Amino acid sequence: MLSRTADSLYWLSRYVERAENLARILGVAERLSTLPSAYAGTSSEWESAILTAACGPAFFNNYSEATRANVIEFIVASDANSSSIRNCIQTARANARAVRTAITTEMWEIINGCWHEVQKFKLKNIDPSQLARFLSVIQEASLRFDGAAYRTMLRTDHFRFQRIGTFIERADNIARLMDVKYHVLLPAEEPVGGGLDYFQWSAILRAVGALTSYNWVYRDNVKPWLVADFMILRLEQPRSLISSYENLNRQLDSLAERYGRQGQAQRLARATFAHLENQSIDELFQFGLHEFLTEFIAENNALGAAVTEQYLL
Amino acid sequence: MAKAKAIFDEMNGFDGTVREGYRTLARWLKDTPSELLANRKSEAEYFFRRIGITFNVYGDAEGTERIIPFDIVPRILTTTEWAKLAKGLEQRVNAINAFIGDVYGERRIVKEGLIPEELILQNPAFQPAMTRIRPAGDVYVHIAGIDIVRDGPDGFYVLEDNARTPSGVSYMLENREAMMRLFPELFNRLKIAPVDNYTDNLLRTLRSVAPKGASSEPNVVLLTPGPFNSAYYEHSFLADKMGIEIVEGTDLFVRGNVVFMRTTEGPKRVDVIYRRIDDEYLDPLAFNPQSVLGVPGLMSAYAAGNVTISNAVGTGVSDDKAIYSYMPEIVKFYLGEEPLLLNVPTWRCREPQALRYVLDHLAELVVKEVNGSGGYGMLVGPHASKEQIELFRAKLIANPDGFIAQPTLALSTVPCFVDNGLAPRHVDLRPYVLCGSDGVRVVPGGLTRVALKNGSLVVNSSQGGGTKDTWVVEGDMTEAQFRSQSQSQSMGGS
Repeated sequence: MLSRTADSLYWLSRYVERAENLARILGVAERLSTLPSAYAGTSSEWESAILTAACGPAFFNNYSEATRANVIEFIVASDANSSSIRNCIQTARANARAVRTAITTEMWEIINGCWHEVQKFKLKNIDPSQLARFLSVIQEASLRFDGAAYRTMLRTDHFRFQRIGTFIERADNIARLMDVKYHVLLPAEEPVGGGLDYFQWSAILRAVGALTSYNWVYRDNVKPWLVADFMILRLEQPRSLISSYENLNRQLDSLAERYGRQGQAQRLARATFAHLENQSIDELFQFGLHEFLTEFIAENNALGAAVTEQYLL
Repeated sequence: MAKAKAIFDEMNGFDGTVREGYRTLARWLKDTPSELLANRKSEAEYFFRRIGITFNVYGDAEGTERIIPFDIVPRILTTTEWAKLAKGLEQRVNAINAFIGDVYGERRIVKEGLIPEELILQNPAFQPAMTRIRPAGDVYVHIAGIDIVRDGPDGFYVLEDNARTPSGVSYMLENREAMMRLFPELFNRLKIAPVDNYTDNLLRTLRSVAPKGASSEPNVVLLTPGPFNSAYYEHSFLADKMGIEIVEGTDLFVRGNVVFMRTTEGPKRVDVIYRRIDDEYLDPLAFNPQSVLGVPGLMSAYAAGNVTISNAVGTGVSDDKAIYSYMPEIVKFYLGEEPLLLNVPTWRCREPQALRYVLDHLAELVVKEVNGSGGYGMLVGPHASKEQIELFRAKLIANPDGFIAQPTLALSTVPCFVDNGLAPRHVDLRPYVLCGSDGVRVVPGGLTRVALKNGSLVVNSSQGGGTKDTWVVEGDMTEAQFRSQSQSQSMGGS
């Protein structure tokens, strides 16, 4: 297939996934910020939302303070933010349009429909009920897009690049979300359950739509190290870092098989997966969660670069 | 084709008698409540909006692509009419190919004094590079769109030859899809020749002209200017139906006079390029150095015979309206046959006698620029103001070589479903003719364009034009069946 086509498919999926994660981050920040401060702790939810969205410097170039209004404006629709949700959808659609023949009608209609829907929102000074509706439009489009890709695409290299984009972006986003909250996740001498940070921990689970499944896996209260274990090392959790890498390995191996050769991308993905597989949560905390996540984000970026170098140019 | 000639309606003739081919449809239109028709019409709009939205809407910066209006009443030709037309089209395209080959070769037609040499050499579409290049199989025009108008039962005229990169074929195919969804009952009653094998034929045609060095499965690609081109929808539609890659200039590169595309598995050789970009943009090294749409070195790969460009470079010479006026002679000269399709009578203003006549009759003639297309640079005498006529008079006197003139045609009409029911509207027809080294293929039908504004002769979509599905039918009701059905209906009715 054309490298440009693969490139567009890859970025199309990355931007859809990014839009969904941003929507989830905002949803959770909105929820936490409405709690009385006695429950939510002292941290600024809006500042942590900006940090999670990995757009700190760009934000503080444009605003002096991370207030609710500023953060929402910046993440939802600011022109100064190339990764605002609106711009993600716009870029995803531009990529989809450029490879219209490489995706299925279902996928195109979801992206195109979502883009049209976004145009209808008055995003300037959006009120809370509109914001909630906007975020659910984005999350739903992403879910449907993912499902449509899974159910309607031919299992050729097109599909592989679509998946690779999704999982690299997802791994990056989850790692960032964890990293911003890492100070909360450290197993300090907190009273378990009902403590101040309970809402922060459950917020992470909520952000990835895993609050209920956590209960099923651990049958325990929300405990910080278990949350970290769940989101990093558990294969049962489809958004965990290890799950993303299990998928990346599968897709990259399939490409290698199809093309009859492998390269740096396959080697990097395998190494990261093995690293995650052989790690226990205790070792991970000994090494330092923040250090671990920083390293992971860098490795994940290196994989993205290798995929680009190997296939997309 | 006198000025006051009656207008021919393709369904009702000159006198209101329903013509063969249209009888079943006429019966059905009569029996179908107009609410139902209105209903189907809005369904059709929904169908096209969906595809339209799916494909045609541009990003914010580019504005929105309009959806061309679609009329639900089909335009019908009988198989007899079509057979005649198809033979004429085949003949015309064969002659055009022979002519272009001669223009870039020996130029016999000039040597024998039939066409003045300056008409060729001064033609802006003439590409000197092509005098050193012979395309595979000596076929220059692989896809031609021949615009046909009609003024009577047997009066078919060629209005224009499009031998560059004719567009619009996706509308022909989508219109048929829409009609089959909306009116399955009509498709049951009539035998309508299918058109959906067009893309299959197109691929076969393109493969047949692959260069000698190509493998047995030649790699054909469609070269597009990109998603912001207004015809991008058609480009992606055709690539999709043929199962070929749609590439942009940057996806291709030339090494050792061979064209490659960049793929995830490394470079892959390209054999045939169905290009939807103009000559001047193909290769910045050979033509417009500013072009970012093309592929540097493409022309040298072409000259080396390692790639086929479709249509060939420089085919625009035959689209010229001054050349058009010689088409009957061109057919006779190369094929030794009488032309089967008529030309609209044309005055070449470069000839003093013709110029004198044209200047005296400006108010009743259509004057066209020889290099113009798409209805630009045109004077329609009967609809023009005094100032416009005087403006053209001055233009004609200053540059007679730049213009031709034709009588105003009484274009045929076909009923259309408009706001207040059925009403006749003027139409033209663009059939698509494919020509490979293995012969000529024409799918029965083409794109019918219709001037939806009452009385308008302009079928151009930018000026209120729309499209219709075009049916070539076999097995219509006989006259007797039609009459007896009409009668029993009127006697038994309510």
